[in-house]
Amino acid sequence: MSMVKETTAVPVTDVRVTRSQRNVAWTALVALVIVIVLALFPYIVYSGTTTIMVQAFIVLTLASMWNLLAGYAGLVSVGQQAFVGIGAYFVLILALHGISPFAALPFAAIGSGAVALPLWWLVSRLRSGYFAIATWVLAATVMLIIERFSSIGGGTGMPLPGFTGLDPVLLTAYTYWAGLAVTVLAMVVIYLLLRGRLGLVLTAIRDDEVAARSSGARVGLARLLVFVVAGAGCGAAGAVLAISQLQVQPSAVFSIQWTAEMAFATIIGGLGTIEGPIIGTAVFMVLQQTLQSYNAWYLIILGLVAVLVALFARRGLWGLVDERLGIRLFPVGYWLHTLARERGD
Amino acid sequence: MNAVIQGILTGGLYALFACGLSLMFGVMKVVNLAHGDLAVVAGYVAIGVITITHVPVLWSFLIVVPVMAVIGYVLQRTIIQGALDRSALTTLLVTFGLSVVIENGLLQFFTANSHGIGVGLALITDSFNIGSQIQIPYLLVLIFAVAVVVLLGLQYFLSRSVYGRLIRAVADDKEAAQLAGADYRHVFGIAAALAFGTVALAGIAYGMYAQLAPTTGTDTILLFAFAAVVIGGLGSLWGTLLGGIVLGVAQQIGAQINISDEVLAGYLVFLAVLVLRPQGLTSRRVRS
Amino acid sequence: MTANGDRTNGGTPLLEVRDLVVHHGQLRALELISFGVFPGEVYAIIGANGAGKSTLLRTIAGLHQPTSGSVLFDGQDVTGLRPERRARQGIAMVPEGRRLFGSLSVQENLQVGATYARPGPWTIERVYETFDWMRARRNQRTAQLSGGEQQTVAIGRALLTNPRVLLLDELSLGLAPVIVQRIYGMLPQLLQTGLTVLLVEQDVSQALRVASHIHCLLEGRTTLEGRPADVTAGQVEAAYFGLAGAAATPQPDEGE
Repeated sequence: MSMVKETTAVPVTDVRVTRSQRNVAWTALVALVIVIVLALFPYIVYSGTTTIMVQAFIVLTLASMWNLLAGYAGLVSVGQQAFVGIGAYFVLILALHGISPFAALPFAAIGSGAVALPLWWLVSRLRSGYFAIATWVLAATVMLIIERFSSIGGGTGMPLPGFTGLDPVLLTAYTYWAGLAVTVLAMVVIYLLLRGRLGLVLTAIRDDEVAARSSGARVGLARLLVFVVAGAGCGAAGAVLAISQLQVQPSAVFSIQWTAEMAFATIIGGLGTIEGPIIGTAVFMVLQQTLQSYNAWYLIILGLVAVLVALFARRGLWGLVDERLGIRLFPVGYWLHTLARERGD
Repeated sequence: MNAVIQGILTGGLYALFACGLSLMFGVMKVVNLAHGDLAVVAGYVAIGVITITHVPVLWSFLIVVPVMAVIGYVLQRTIIQGALDRSALTTLLVTFGLSVVIENGLLQFFTANSHGIGVGLALITDSFNIGSQIQIPYLLVLIFAVAVVVLLGLQYFLSRSVYGRLIRAVADDKEAAQLAGADYRHVFGIAAALAFGTVALAGIAYGMYAQLAPTTGTDTILLFAFAAVVIGGLGSLWGTLLGGIVLGVAQQIGAQINISDEVLAGYLVFLAVLVLRPQGLTSRRVRS
Repeated sequence: MTANGDRTNGGTPLLEVRDLVVHHGQLRALELISFGVFPGEVYAIIGANGAGKSTLLRTIAGLHQPTSGSVLFDGQDVTGLRPERRARQGIAMVPEGRRLFGSLSVQENLQVGATYARPGPWTIERVYETFDWMRARRNQRTAQLSGGEQQTVAIGRALLTNPRVLLLDELSLGLAPVIVQRIYGMLPQLLQTGLTVLLVEQDVSQALRVASHIHCLLEGRTTLEGRPADVTAGQVEAAYFGLAGAAATPQPDEGE
């Protein structure tokens, strides 16, 4: 027979909790500089480049929203194109009533967010696979419903009014700035949300939903908020899309291609990280430009890369960087310092 | 009345699409977003085989279906299992990625035009009439009959054969199945092979009845398959048939109201079921 | 008894774990566990909730990978083998909570057990003869059975693989004591066919009644090991609850 003494736990005495690393200040500074430089683009570069940038802004906004949904709230939606279309049609409808499309933009975002509320009620109880399919069906249904109204273009779409008399160069510049503003605002909102209580709740849900619920976290409310924000964000992107295309066609704005693009960009860049969509969008744009855009090849390659990344590099390209260097450009977590050792988040 | 009968018969085709989806979801918990596209691929391959080798149309079934079944086994053991080992999220992403890749691949190589599979037998393209109001295409009846036969076969396989039992056991509790000596990855592969095989069959049949285009997989087939599964209830093959029939009838009634409402009617019924009774009409188990 | 005979003669254990360290996520569930089970023995692992008993059994069955250490079966290292391979080699587990296949009938559950069976005495016929109520209800779905009946079906399913070692995880859980006694009462009959049993049990008195050897775990560590006849109630209690100050009595044969 043998007897073994039991061990005692290591007491945690001296503990400091800090919000973020030193470099967040640097990141904010660099980000501000970048935004200013970007804002000056219309004065510096050709309009061809700004047009491409607008596409990038749209994809980046969409990707950030999809990342928020899938990477943080665990909601895999394959129907966000519904909001892209809704945002675009909000702009169209308001423009048909005499409001400038640019002025309509914020209303499109708010309107999309508002539409997200009843849609959430429809799908909120569904889990994973069912949720994905439901969002897909919703998007298809929304498109079919909107196509019935010939006053807004029916199945073929119609041009976006409200640009007559506007100098083309100015139009391009305004469109560019609208896209830039939407993207910057979207990223700031996401960052602030994740840095605050919502971020904590979402991380708790990600780790252990039952525990999160039982500790009082308002799980349902958190998910609702994320869904609404994502709806508003995608709607805003849709509004920019409408403006940049000068027309609104159902098959274009409700296309599943938007979900493909935002999902692939996010996955490749890094799901569940704020920096990921940025990198993913960059990869996406490079691919699109080098493969003579709207050729089906770029989606094929993008899709294959995304599948490979999902299988072998869970946290995407940014995840590879993050693990090596341990840096966060957008820190949202906490650092726990115990005695001499440091452990992250 | 004609519409209702047409709807019922179309339901057979939908059920054929749906049973593979139901199988993969019920056994492996995989929502295969590429399911519809696989049917389209099978259809295109069949067209290719017929064009190149000039075999009779019915031979294309014998060639394409087994090949697709094997592809299903391989894909399951490699990519899908890999995704399953990571997380449910990854499986959704991977199947979605596959769907996009397949569709755009088809677009790239076959253009966006739609193609049909000429059946060639005048008898089949005709229809028979009951009274003056009812006109039913022979092909549709044939497809419905085939669907019922396949479902019967699948039912028999699942309830009587060794592998059928293993599939059901693994679906219930794959760890307990492992403890009894079963390699669940292999069993998953068999289930996937069945799913791919049936959807290939359905795809070729669809190509005979209607036109196939690269986007038909997601535009049409996937949603109908899912609708049939959800409406009928997961876990029941006959529920899938019922779901398919309900969907078909709803669509036909919608078409009677307004020709452009056909698809919309189906979606609305689908949404209604999802919201009100997600476990479907026949399911014994409640899925939250 | 041959069991102790093998043990004292220095024979190889049928089932052995060496320096097993197992984690549950970040929690260290088992700390350097070592023991051996010899042919014909009924080896009982006892301990309170959370002591790591089920984790140990699951690791031996292959459902859980150890962080370090090894599992040996008949002298061969099986640590890297998948659970189904171990089952086919002769390690069968009746898992905690029975884990019957809910959509399958009693007979179908047994048939799954028999699918990958090794050659041996157990057939479905024999199971029906051993548990006489089962034949009449073989087409019923297992959800309609009582807890005790489900437990026997689970045991039957495991036996049908014709194992050499039978792992029993918390048989008594959720069952009335009289049912538990009846089930444990069948153990001698099963051992007649040449089976070795490794069981995990929270009910200490039950374990002491059937076991030829006991091994007590506390918070993942071994606190007591030996034959029921050689330990006092006080020692068991101390080992189970972790009370310091109980005396250790060294035995000539440690069994390792």
